[in-house]
Amino acid sequence: MEGVGAAGFSTATPNLNWKELMFQAASRAYEDAGGLNPRKDVGAFITCAEDYWEGFGIFDEFTPDQMGGVLRPNFTVTGDGLHGLAQAFMILRSGLFDRVAVEAHSKASDLVSYRDILLHAFDPIWHKPLAGDPHFLAGLEMASYLGRSGATEEDCARVVVKNRGNAHRNPLASFEGRLAVEDVMRSPKVSDPLKHLDIAPLADGSVVFVLANRRVARGDRLVPLRGVGWSEDTPFPESRDGLAGTAAALAVRQAARVARVEALGGKLDLAEVDDQFAFKELQHLEALGLAPPGRAHEQAAHGRFDADGELPVNVSGGSLGVGNLLEAKGLARALEVVTQLRGEAGSRQVEGASLGLAHAWRGLPTASHAVAVFSDGGGAK
Amino acid sequence: MALDDAGLDLKDIDMVIFGSAPDAFDGIHMKAENMVDGMGAVGKPMARVYVGGGTGVFTAIAAWWHVASGMAERVLVVNEEKMSSCLPHAQSVFAHIWDPILDRPLRPNLVWIFAMEMQRYMSRYGIPHEDIAAVAVKNKRNAVDHPCAQLADAKITVDDVLNSEPIALPVRRLDISPPSDGAAALVFAADDIVRQHTDDPVYISGVGWNLDTTMWQSRDLVFPQYVARAAKMAYKMAGITNPRKEIHVAEPYDPFDYKECHHMEGLGLAPRGQGAKQVAEGLHDRTSDQPTCPSGGLLGVGNPIAATLGIKVGELYLQLAGKAGRRQVKNNPNEGVTQAWGDLMQVGTVVTMRRG
Repeated sequence: MEGVGAAGFSTATPNLNWKELMFQAASRAYEDAGGLNPRKDVGAFITCAEDYWEGFGIFDEFTPDQMGGVLRPNFTVTGDGLHGLAQAFMILRSGLFDRVAVEAHSKASDLVSYRDILLHAFDPIWHKPLAGDPHFLAGLEMASYLGRSGATEEDCARVVVKNRGNAHRNPLASFEGRLAVEDVMRSPKVSDPLKHLDIAPLADGSVVFVLANRRVARGDRLVPLRGVGWSEDTPFPESRDGLAGTAAALAVRQAARVARVEALGGKLDLAEVDDQFAFKELQHLEALGLAPPGRAHEQAAHGRFDADGELPVNVSGGSLGVGNLLEAKGLARALEVVTQLRGEAGSRQVEGASLGLAHAWRGLPTASHAVAVFSDGGGAK
Repeated sequence: MALDDAGLDLKDIDMVIFGSAPDAFDGIHMKAENMVDGMGAVGKPMARVYVGGGTGVFTAIAAWWHVASGMAERVLVVNEEKMSSCLPHAQSVFAHIWDPILDRPLRPNLVWIFAMEMQRYMSRYGIPHEDIAAVAVKNKRNAVDHPCAQLADAKITVDDVLNSEPIALPVRRLDISPPSDGAAALVFAADDIVRQHTDDPVYISGVGWNLDTTMWQSRDLVFPQYVARAAKMAYKMAGITNPRKEIHVAEPYDPFDYKECHHMEGLGLAPRGQGAKQVAEGLHDRTSDQPTCPSGGLLGVGNPIAATLGIKVGELYLQLAGKAGRRQVKNNPNEGVTQAWGDLMQVGTVVTMRRG
């Protein structure tokens, strides 16, 4: 990673349309990478977007100008920003280009029918007719997870308290707050046992990463992207193991293999994992091998994942604290990891951070996961 | 079918790449995830890469870097399109591909903006419609030998095309490919293991892609600059300097007959303004030195957008491997090029292939 830029990161961005959000993040990323001219210095451009979030058909049509990529190689990945990072990683490794820009954004404030769009991803014959609110599936997954792990609703509420508390020290966060477990427990039920405050609120924001091959990468704030992994499971939750499936475990295994880091979980200094529903942070920690199966809540209760714990998880505030940035969630997690590894995280700096993991889950109703592992420029641990 | 052809099982596949045009055709948000089962991607890394109509060739380009990066040895590419479930007509999905402020109030559709491009191309070079119609005739006749053909016609003539129903002049019904349903799959393998699976490997020798500005209104539509630049990238990789001579078989994208000519020029297979004339003179028939669209193309076989993979990259593979049956070109081809196009007349995706 040579440069990174972020724009927006707010509940609404009335002064910037979505193209301007992309442009601002891209401009900042090119500047952060040492003043790149994208028309000359960047080989390929990748946008991570879904038509329905954007309100356009064939969204890739609308991307090249604001990225500085007109009449250049551009394409879209219908995936999270970490899926885009994985494609960039492979392109760089193939030697086809030496520098690739990856972008993802959320302009959720433009959406008038977020729930309907989310429901539109459900299988139209088997799942969509089951309920009007797509969160019914999150409620089912939460109930299943609590039942299997022995974690309680209060354990999930503690994730909300931790992450929104962490968000105070992140200038990009929109949902900082000193919550108590009771605040979460008393919030309205959305789909029992899932409650309103268990759900990360939407936010706008754009993130652009510039990745470069080592031999051309410039500057002294480089952060090596050591490994990537991504995986899928069946779209039928009823057929998946524990409703959530095994894709997160497969993704992290691949990332660790590519990064050539054995026992990744034991070596990480920080992890930014998807927490768009509070219980998901616990479930993902287990799936990613960062907590023993069924025991993430116990370790969390002992403070292991707190900002000053042994393995700070979502010290950025996660999606609960920063906001659900739709397909930019993964890059927001990765942004935190690289900021920490650069030693630029200010009052939330994890001391000596040297190896970090960013994870993304694409959300309901999928079992689509991606993982990126970064290390500091100082070499392998 | 692709796995069987390669003698492989799904478990042998390391990664899957999926291609499909707008989600709105299937009416499902995040449609790739909905189709994970069908494409064989359960428990595997899967990516859906997307450049609108250029996806038919672009997924093969993505497959190239999945393997060339060393991250995968065997990759399955599956492209799918189902336009028939879109009612009343697939064109209605295209209502939302336009800039909402500048374009949409004009109620554009793809047929009339392509009619504008065709008009610009014809008027700039003085190309008669008869010459362009020869492309439709060539391809619909070629398509007779394709098992999937929707609009094959052994007896079609230039007059049939010129007399067909006006849709958005100068475009007439027989100038256009149909909306289609389809799927296609290809298996790619690293070059050090490919001979375990076939005696006739065909290699990707070059890849290129290029996306022009969203503001199509500001461009001169007379020449596909995005195809030329994509082709330049691919030819450079493949070491091809004179495509008119060095390319033995070509599958340019032919959703409209004039587009094949337009793309031939972008690919360097004809000087500017000469593509239609070359076709009309028979220089690109299946029996020629440089057949174009021997498959029958989109005009003859059909246009299931991303699934045209099968009649572009797929056809090129079959031709170079000598497996194209009744469609086999006779000039013993070693080098081929294929190309796709899409978005707001914006994207060119090019692959060159070489017999092993």
